[in-house]
Amino acid sequence: MWEYTDKVKEFFLKPKNVGEVENPDAVGEVGSIICGDALKLSIKVDKETNRIVDAKFQTFGCASAIASSSALTELVKGKTLEEASKITNQDIAAYLGGLPDEKMHCSVMGMEALEDAILKYKGEKKVLRPEENIICKCFDVSEEKIRKTAIENNLKTVEEITHYTKAGGGCGMCIPEIEQILKDVWSVREIRERPVEKKKLTNIQRMALIQDILEREIRPRLQADGGDIDLVDIEGSRVIVGLRGMCVDCPSGSMTIRGIEERLKDVTGQDISVVTE
Amino acid sequence: MKTIYLDNNATTQVAPEVVEAMLPYFTELYGNASSMHTFGGQVHGRIELARAQVAELIGAEPEEIIFTGCGTESDNTALMSAVESNPARRRIVTTRVEHSAILNFCKHLAAKGYHTTYLPVDTLGRFNMDALLEAIDDQTAVVSVMYANNETGVIFPIEEIGKILHARGILFHTDAVQVAGKIPINLKQLPVDMLSISGHKLHAPKGIGVLYVRKGTRFCPYLIGGHQEKGRRAGTENVASIVGLGKACELAKKELARGTAPLAALRDKLELALLESCPDAVVNGDRENRLPNTTSISFEYVEGEAILLRLNEFGICASSGSACTSGSLQPSHVLRAMGIPYTAVHGSVRFSLSSYNTQSEIDRVIEVLPPIIRELRSYSPFGRDKFEQYLCRLDAARAD
Repeated sequence: MWEYTDKVKEFFLKPKNVGEVENPDAVGEVGSIICGDALKLSIKVDKETNRIVDAKFQTFGCASAIASSSALTELVKGKTLEEASKITNQDIAAYLGGLPDEKMHCSVMGMEALEDAILKYKGEKKVLRPEENIICKCFDVSEEKIRKTAIENNLKTVEEITHYTKAGGGCGMCIPEIEQILKDVWSVREIRERPVEKKKLTNIQRMALIQDILEREIRPRLQADGGDIDLVDIEGSRVIVGLRGMCVDCPSGSMTIRGIEERLKDVTGQDISVVTE
Repeated sequence: MKTIYLDNNATTQVAPEVVEAMLPYFTELYGNASSMHTFGGQVHGRIELARAQVAELIGAEPEEIIFTGCGTESDNTALMSAVESNPARRRIVTTRVEHSAILNFCKHLAAKGYHTTYLPVDTLGRFNMDALLEAIDDQTAVVSVMYANNETGVIFPIEEIGKILHARGILFHTDAVQVAGKIPINLKQLPVDMLSISGHKLHAPKGIGVLYVRKGTRFCPYLIGGHQEKGRRAGTENVASIVGLGKACELAKKELARGTAPLAALRDKLELALLESCPDAVVNGDRENRLPNTTSISFEYVEGEAILLRLNEFGICASSGSACTSGSLQPSHVLRAMGIPYTAVHGSVRFSLSSYNTQSEIDRVIEVLPPIIRELRSYSPFGRDKFEQYLCRLDAARAD
């Protein structure tokens, strides 16, 4: 059972501002039904003062997701867009008297919906930098979000990143990458030392590297979830694998394969395609 | 506020008769059964009575009953004994929907180099006999298949599986933690070599379990030390709990003799009323072949933890397979193995009844739950139209 504060319980049992505002000036949306939580925030803005005069939410999610969404609407009402844009997930959590660590992602979801609504109001598109890179394929979390959340909330471990963003909480394939990102974030100097261009590998080196990554990195993670993988063959840039155990017929099998593909592309610097036998 | 306890697959209330039977062993009868003096020795007789009571419930011989610390210990012991007593065989076959006491132990064995095969289930959570036939070979040390599933209540064809395995000389273990006391078990006819029971699921206290080991089955103890349980499980006997479990088995035997129909009728009443009053709700699992006390219902577009906490306000206890209640970010492995859509998994609620539940308690749930679902749905950005869009996307993703 989660230890929720009285404020969380109050905002879950009797949430304020449920629904959609009439003729909203902007609607911010985050999350999906697959991930287990989603939030739709609609706001009404006074054009002259730039103040948010009304805000309502619709949330699919657990008690803390509903409470965080409701808290968000209370926090933004009456604020100018500029003031509102400074609201962080920590503000939402603080308004509720704190959230369990494992539930901090609910407050992050609130902040993101607000950002999305404000951007949409201003008519701006979310700028996807070219290096925008989805790290966690299970919960669709980008490298940028992981970096931003880590810095804003002073997060140092993968576990904390999972609590705040869900990244790494699904198949776990991206955990080494999250570790790398945290290393980058907290020891800035190390980034500069990363080689700009990868040395071209010989065929044998490349095959050995692929085998090594599958054995040392991928396999233990799949095994931890009751699955397994065999390297069947490598034909040029085609890596043929067999999924075993729990991975057979797993609904996220194709995501797993894509995850492996990304990882192999990354380490070999070549356009690897991973296929099942 | 009175508690309405509908979470009996998680744990059960200790029967008052059980508590009464146990009390003397905390006070005046505190002796050690292994002692030479009468004061200690007299509790030995009481342990043997309890052993006979347990054996009686499941159609076993008393010497086939080993008392353990919990269901998990029974499961771990069974698997470990199976692989240790068949060192040449390196394969373990189980299902994807087992309790974590089996699944995580299999992962542990896999890390030690054993080959593990997890048999799939269909969308109704039913056992796949063809997959079993394909999976077993002369390398298979043990097959472990749960008797019934804790989340859906679906009962597996243990007799049929056992016949196949015994014809091929393969050891068969079944985790009957959810079954003992709920439906009759007769090991005289059931081709099972080892079977696990947990006391607290049948109105005995927590911290007591049973491993049934059929006479003649090669056995390697898991806990090593003193000569208790004829050297099959070391550690001073948990006398009070053993006595309590014996009493609970005696009560369960009487209860089963009265038949399971009234309990099933109560469950069915709850299930039908909820399905009728809540649109877009579905039952998870094979309704034709279930434990009489269990129903898993998915309420689309809402999230399980939110439902549970709203029910909690009315003193109603249930559980959910949603991600937010699992302690991880992944929803129930059982419902996922069945291929239940994520929308439904997140909104799943399990009610598990016991013979202590009353008509008026069920009426109360039927009264308060539908408005909760309606209200939570009114908060949700999803609804039937959105759900269909989601299905299209899912199909597209699958085709991809």
